[in-house]
This record gives sequence, structure tokens and C-alpha cells, in this order.
Amino acid sequence: MYKLLEVKDLKKYYETKNGLLHAVDGVSFSIEEGKTLGVVGESGCGKSTLGRLVIRLIDATDGKIIFDGKDITNVKSKGSLRKEMQIIFQDPFSSLNPRMSVSQIIEEPLKIHKLYYNKAELRSKVRELMDTVGLACRLEDFYPHELDGGRRQRIGIARALALNPRFIVCDEPVSALDVSIQAQILNLMMDLQEERCFTYMFISHDLSVVKHISDEIMVMYLGLVVEKCKADELFEHTLHPYSKALLSVIPEAAIKKKKQKKLIQGEITSPINPKPGCRFAARCSYAGDICDKAAPELKEVTPDHYVSCHFVNEINSL
Amino acid sequence: MNDKNNPLLSVRNLTIHYITDDGLVKAVNDISFDLEKGKTLGLVGETGAGKTTAAFGIMNLVPDPPGKIISGEILINGKDILKLKKNESKKYRGKVASMILQDPMTALNPIITVGEQIAEVCRLHDKLSKADAYIKAAQMLELVGIPSDRIDEYPHQFSGGMKQRVVIAIALACNPQLLIADEPTTALDVTIQAQVLSLIGDLIKKYETSMILITHDLGVVTEICDKVAIMYAGQIVETGDLEAVYEHTKHPYTKGLFGSLPSLSAKAHRLNPIYGSMPDPTNLPNGCAFHPRCPNKMPACENRAPTNTELESGHFVRCLLYE
Repeated sequence: MYKLLEVKDLKKYYETKNGLLHAVDGVSFSIEEGKTLGVVGESGCGKSTLGRLVIRLIDATDGKIIFDGKDITNVKSKGSLRKEMQIIFQDPFSSLNPRMSVSQIIEEPLKIHKLYYNKAELRSKVRELMDTVGLACRLEDFYPHELDGGRRQRIGIARALALNPRFIVCDEPVSALDVSIQAQILNLMMDLQEERCFTYMFISHDLSVVKHISDEIMVMYLGLVVEKCKADELFEHTLHPYSKALLSVIPEAAIKKKKQKKLIQGEITSPINPKPGCRFAARCSYAGDICDKAAPELKEVTPDHYVSCHFVNEINSL
Repeated sequence: MNDKNNPLLSVRNLTIHYITDDGLVKAVNDISFDLEKGKTLGLVGETGAGKTTAAFGIMNLVPDPPGKIISGEILINGKDILKLKKNESKKYRGKVASMILQDPMTALNPIITVGEQIAEVCRLHDKLSKADAYIKAAQMLELVGIPSDRIDEYPHQFSGGMKQRVVIAIALACNPQLLIADEPTTALDVTIQAQVLSLIGDLIKKYETSMILITHDLGVVTEICDKVAIMYAGQIVETGDLEAVYEHTKHPYTKGLFGSLPSLSAKAHRLNPIYGSMPDPTNLPNGCAFHPRCPNKMPACENRAPTNTELESGHFVRCLLYE
């Protein structure tokens, strides 16, 4: 399969008055065309920063982003990138301009990239896009505040689709929606992928949503990838202690089986000037002396299953 | 069985409307349920289903105007709290019933230390002296898993999960009989959510507190609740024991909710969402409020509102299919 996006050792540091904040601290991955990479983690693990880095909404401190064979890490003209890479934002309330109507929001990218000069053509394109995402044409002169969350998120999707991109970063696109609406949007996104062979990077804190939509999953903790493998593999053979804990605490809407819960103690530590060693060590029940001294590397433990943990073999008796 | 006859909380035909310039918002329409001592009820519904308004009703906190309690009674130990005078109401809140709000970031006063905020309830309700209340506050902090040497710190010095623990400490400080938790873990990460849920579970078991847990998450309910009530457009459409509702789901809306959830165990290619979106509460459909979205709609659904039907002991459904 063709690797549409390849990211190598990507880093993003922010200077704060308390020290250097390691938001993303050396992440590498690749996504094949037409596939979905799910990125999971709790708040502050750097998943949104990573999403913004790969489409160059923010500039990386270090590392390489290769899209469609070209190094785009330092490309100056981002305009041409936007035709290829788009983003759907989390909050359909704040990501739409309240003073623009639905059709104005959707046609804006088409106008900026001067794809249509003819007004009638532009209008029919907007209608086509609205139809694709399941928005009734009568809504084209409505303003965002007149619509509910699900419809607003459909506008965000239509806007991202307008330039017919190949790669879309979906930054928690369904987190702000009710479950019945969430399911509608997830179905829509998967149908669109099937039809047009989109490549998605799907960022979410909700493991069940990520499992549903992803081919591959990457679990992040404090700016680092702790585990990366195929979606089903992660749920069948969870290897990293953090992923195990994360999986065991998801409340499931079924009463038959009560899982053995692994409550992890404590809270996420600060990403500012992190100590050497494994970043999860302070909360990990398996941590030993080495965990405080040396940071574990992301290693291929079983075929296509990458884990960064010193004790992965011992914990899982591999 | 004695408990069944004398529930701690009994809500009867409660109807709450908001009178606004844009029209009459029918937030809660004729809901009834009982809650026994030491039991936990999960109140589940989507945005705008009326869960929070119902909770405010039980706390006697509905803002008036624009809110108005049109009809119904809320009996706690047989006493209708809607008939309480204003100063009696103040004694009721925090002592008999207390509430954990969704967002711990805004529920705490940013310019008062957390110890002071916990001590305040003890001084007001249990008439403790300042010094005793301070000691009690320190004990409460330890109880919710915060080292008591942080008692003089301000809310901004705590993380989200820690702040929610402080809110829990305030809510439980006077050992209330009824605790209403309004989406207590929605703003928290899953690992922290699990910690907070298990803390709440342990504490209510220890003090035999009854709890209403308001949530939109059907998964959270299974962690902690004995009974569940599903709300839609201001009505309870299905209620019963956890097992009855989860294993023998009857109402089409409840079925739709379960169908919308991506499963962790099974691999389904497509989800089965509920068609359409929530009705506007100022303009609810005639007949059954769910009929425009219902896959099992019958002609009668447009005209006749369903009544509460008991299928088996304790399992109620509001749907014409089962009448």
C-alpha cells in the first residue's frame, strides 16, 4: 500500500515561563492511503498538537513530515497544502463564523482557491456539498446559531470536503455531540471514506469510537507514543500498562460481564521539563528502578505491534 | 418490602415549564419515579431531555422566572418539598439533599480556599464552630483522597479531577440523605472518571446515601446504578432495574440509544443511529414526542400520547406498542 503521510521524529516544544513544555516529543508514524489512523489519549497528551502539526497549522520544532512523497515540513506556501489536507474541528459551536451563513461558510474555501468564477457554478457546488453531508438545501441561508450541533458539524465536514482533499485530520469530531447524532456523523464519515478513498487521522479520547473507525491505533501519553498496532490487535492483545488501564476503565453499556478494573492511581504529570525515564512510571504498578532512569524506546514486540515499555515481555509473559 | 412502600424520594407527576419570550419551553412533562434509601438511580438522556431541570426541581432550585413548576409533588420522607418556605428550603438544600454539578471548574468559588468552602456547609447546617468546621473540612478532604495539608489552597491550584473531589466533599459534608450528581465525570478524562466514580460509589455505600446520577453515558450507569430511567423530551420513556432496561430493552428510543454506541467487543461495520434530531421543546410533536424519529411508528402515535405501562414488576415503558 502507498504511504500517503509519513512523519519522522516530530517534536513540538513550547517555551513557558516555568520551562520547556514538551507537547509532542518525537513521534513517528505513517498512514496508508485510504486508511484511518486513530490517535487516543487523555487531555494534555499532545494528540491535538500532533494533528495540527501534520497539516502545518503550527510549525514543528524538529522532525519531518512527508506528504505524498514531498517533504512539507518547511513548505512556505501553505495554500496548495490546503487543497490536499483539511481538518474537522472538535467544537462545531466555535469553529464556524457566527456572522456567515451556511452557504458562505462552505463556499469560502472555493473562493479563496479561485476554483469557480461563475456564481451559478459556485452555488451548485455548494448545494452538491450540502447534499453529500446530508444538509437540506433550504438551510443554505441559515446561520450557525439556528442549527443544532449535529447539523453544525455537518457544515464543518462540508467545508473540509469543499476542496476535495486526500487527507483529513478529524480532531474529536464527535465529542461534542449526543450519542444518536454521533452515530449519524460516524456513519457519514465512513461512507465518505469508502466512496472517495479519504485518508483520516482520527483524534479522540473515546476508545470505542476510535476502535469503530480506525484501521490502526496509536495510544499517546505525555507527548509520546506508548503503543501502536492494528485496531483489533490493540483490544485483543493490549501490551502497554497504560493502554491496559485505559481499556479496563471504559464504562461499557452492558451489564453481563464486569471487567476487572485496573484503576490507575494519581494523575497525568506535567509536560514541562519532564524527568528522564518513562513518563508513565509514576502511575505504573509495574515500574522498576530502570523506569526512572532510562526512557523506553518504541520497539516492535510482536509483528506490527509497537510498545514502549521496559517490562513489556515480563508483564505479558511473551 | 418495607422500603418499597416508604421510598426516601417520591416524585409524582412533576411538570416544569419555562415561560420565555420565544414561547413555552416544556422542559419536564409529567415525570414520576421513586427512589429507595441507599439506592442509585441513573437518569439518562441527551442534551435538552430535561434531566438537569428535573434535578433542579428536586433541589427546589428552578429559577422562577422564567421557570415554573406547573404541577406535581416531590416527597422526601413523605414531605412535599415544593411547599417549603424559602428559609426552610435553605435548610433542606445541603443538609437533606445536595448536588454535585457537572463542571468542577465553575462550581467552586475561585477566591475562597477549598477548606473554607467545605467548612461553610458544616457551619451553616451542623452549626459547628469555626474551629470544628475546619477540622471537619480536613477530614472530608482526606475522605475524598486529598491530603489535608492542601486545605488552605485555592481551587486553581487543583487539577480537574481534584476539584471534582472537593465538590464531592462539599456535597457530602453534612451527610445528606439524597445526593444528586449531575454529569459528575463528563468533564474528566476516563482514568480520572474511573477514580471519581469509584470514590462516589464507596462513599454512598458507606453512608447509605441515595443518589440520582444524571448522565448521557449508558456505560457510566452500569458502573454504579441499581435502577435507570431514560428521558426523552421531558418524559421518562422507560424505567426499571438495570437488568430489565439493558437486557430487555423495550422502548424504540432506548433501543436507538444502544444501537448508536460503538461497541468495544463486537465489530459492527455500521452503527444504527436514530434518524433526525431532538424536537424543539417549545414545539413538541403531537401524540408521542418521539414519533417523528421512531422506526416503529404507527398511525395512532401521531394523535395519542402513550401512558406509562408496567410490563413486569418495576419495568415501565411509555409507548403505544406496549399498551
